[in-house]
Amino acid sequence: MKKIVQIQNLGMKYQSLNGEINALTKINLDIHEGEFVSIVGPSGCGKSTLLSIISGLIKPTEGRVLVDGETVSGTSRKIGYMLQKDHLFEWRTIQGNIRLGLEIQKNITPDTKAYMEHLLQTYGLFEFRHKYPSQLSGGMRQRAALIRTLVTNPQILLLDEAFSALDYQTRLAVNEDIYSIIKKENKTAIMVTHDIAESISMADRVVVLSRRPGTIKEIYSIEIDIEERTPLSSREAPEFQFYFQEIWKELDVHV
Amino acid sequence: MSNTKLELTPGPATSPEHEAFLRSVRMEKIKVRVTQILILVIAFGLWEICAQLRIVDPFITSQPSRVIQTIFTLHQEGVLFHHIAVTCVETIIGFLLGTILGTIIAVFLWWSEFISKVAEPYLVILNSLPKIALGPIFIVWIGAGPAAIIVMTLAISLIVTILEVLNGFIAIDKEKIKLVHIFGGSKTQVLRKVLLPASFPTIVNALKINVGLSWVGVIVGEFLVSKAGLGYLIVYGGQVFRLDLVMTSVFILGIAAAVMYQGVVLFEKIVVKNPK
Ligand SMILES: Nc1ncnc2c1ncn2[C@@H]1O[C@H](COP(=O)(O)OP(=O)(O)OP(=O)(O)O)[C@@H](O)[C@H]1O
Ligand SMILES: [Mg+2]
Repeated sequence: MKKIVQIQNLGMKYQSLNGEINALTKINLDIHEGEFVSIVGPSGCGKSTLLSIISGLIKPTEGRVLVDGETVSGTSRKIGYMLQKDHLFEWRTIQGNIRLGLEIQKNITPDTKAYMEHLLQTYGLFEFRHKYPSQLSGGMRQRAALIRTLVTNPQILLLDEAFSALDYQTRLAVNEDIYSIIKKENKTAIMVTHDIAESISMADRVVVLSRRPGTIKEIYSIEIDIEERTPLSSREAPEFQFYFQEIWKELDVHV
Repeated sequence: MSNTKLELTPGPATSPEHEAFLRSVRMEKIKVRVTQILILVIAFGLWEICAQLRIVDPFITSQPSRVIQTIFTLHQEGVLFHHIAVTCVETIIGFLLGTILGTIIAVFLWWSEFISKVAEPYLVILNSLPKIALGPIFIVWIGAGPAAIIVMTLAISLIVTILEVLNGFIAIDKEKIKLVHIFGGSKTQVLRKVLLPASFPTIVNALKINVGLSWVGVIVGEFLVSKAGLGYLIVYGGQVFRLDLVMTSVFILGIAAAVMYQGVVLFEKIVVKNPK
């Protein structure tokens, strides 16, 4: 399989008047096309920093990231980035919010409009397209934010604790939704989460980072033997508990 | 999703308790309004009676009937609307200019952190300076005329607007801006897609503050230089000891200011759609 993201000897030091913060050091990781990778690690270990570097929003102080074989030097249309909160603009309708990326990329064509409608319809927001964000539930807002990202058709999705604002029930449902969307659209996904269960239930691989400066401690390949794997069915699989304990131990030792 | 609407427009009142509640709310409203009108009527009535009975000297205090008389006289002389128009036009130009220029300057300051840092102490000093002190300078520089009055108005509202709008910009969630960058957006796009729409309510609010400030600027300006306008009538009336003219002008001024403020409130209602 093709290596779509290559992280090579990556390091990041933040400078401030109070001194230097060594956020990441010597990260090496290859991610394959269509793969779902979860990243877990103690708070402040540099997970968001890692995603921001991959997205091209910030430049690493050491090493480099390659996407599709090219060094990342700025934001790119190949990458979609979903933040922790949905950040829907309250002054735009749902449809207006979903158009944002296309507007910015000056890419509103009959094709992209049709794709937008298709996504709205598939993910149950079509009737709500003229509503304002305040009129939607948390789960629907999160889905709208996902469509806003998907409609620009990125190959790679970065999710930074994208579901942590949701209550547990909604979160499970949105996990289900988003997992199926990502698989159906054949995207590559990198997801940062605090929730070990969530990381296992969604991912093909779980990357455990150490305390700051974050570096890779362990990578678990999640092999769950179910035919139509979904986050919920993964949670019920017998292997789930095993992975959970392994990752929990790995994290707990140094937290 | 429609339940948000249901909460806002209560259905038919079924219970007698609810009807009683609605009635009491209506009664309360009526009571307030009646009292307000009563106060006005009594105040003007007392004023008129006291003047009629020579308890106070109407030459110094004027009186409502004379105010009305003065309005008619001014109208007959054909100058009433001229004076009102001069002042209103100066005010409108002043507060529109103040708001627009203030917003533009705020955008510049947001655009360049360097300029903003350099400008900070100057803004602080200019903000605390009583701008009226600059009046004579403007007159000397610009000449005694409407231009000086508008500059005076601008001086009063501009700095406040800049600070207000800039604070609005700074208060915007950085993540919203990050979102635009994620899609590959430029700084101009951040401005157009996030900053301006997000701070639109702040800007309209600045507009509201500026209406009030602009009246101060215009009247002070007219005190200093003008040949027409309500401020001019007030000063002139004071100088020739025609308190009727002064009172009349103050009266008209109050009405004009209230109308303009309500205009901005209406504008806000129309333009700032508030989806609930
Ligand atoms: N712009 C910045 N300037 C200086 N230091 C920063 C900056 N951004 C992050 N840091 C520091 O770098 C470290 C890693 O931050 P980061 O946000 O990547 O951690 P994280 O793993 O995402 O944390 P969390 O789990 O709490 O979200 C933290 O100690 C943080 O204080
Ligand atoms: Mg983070």
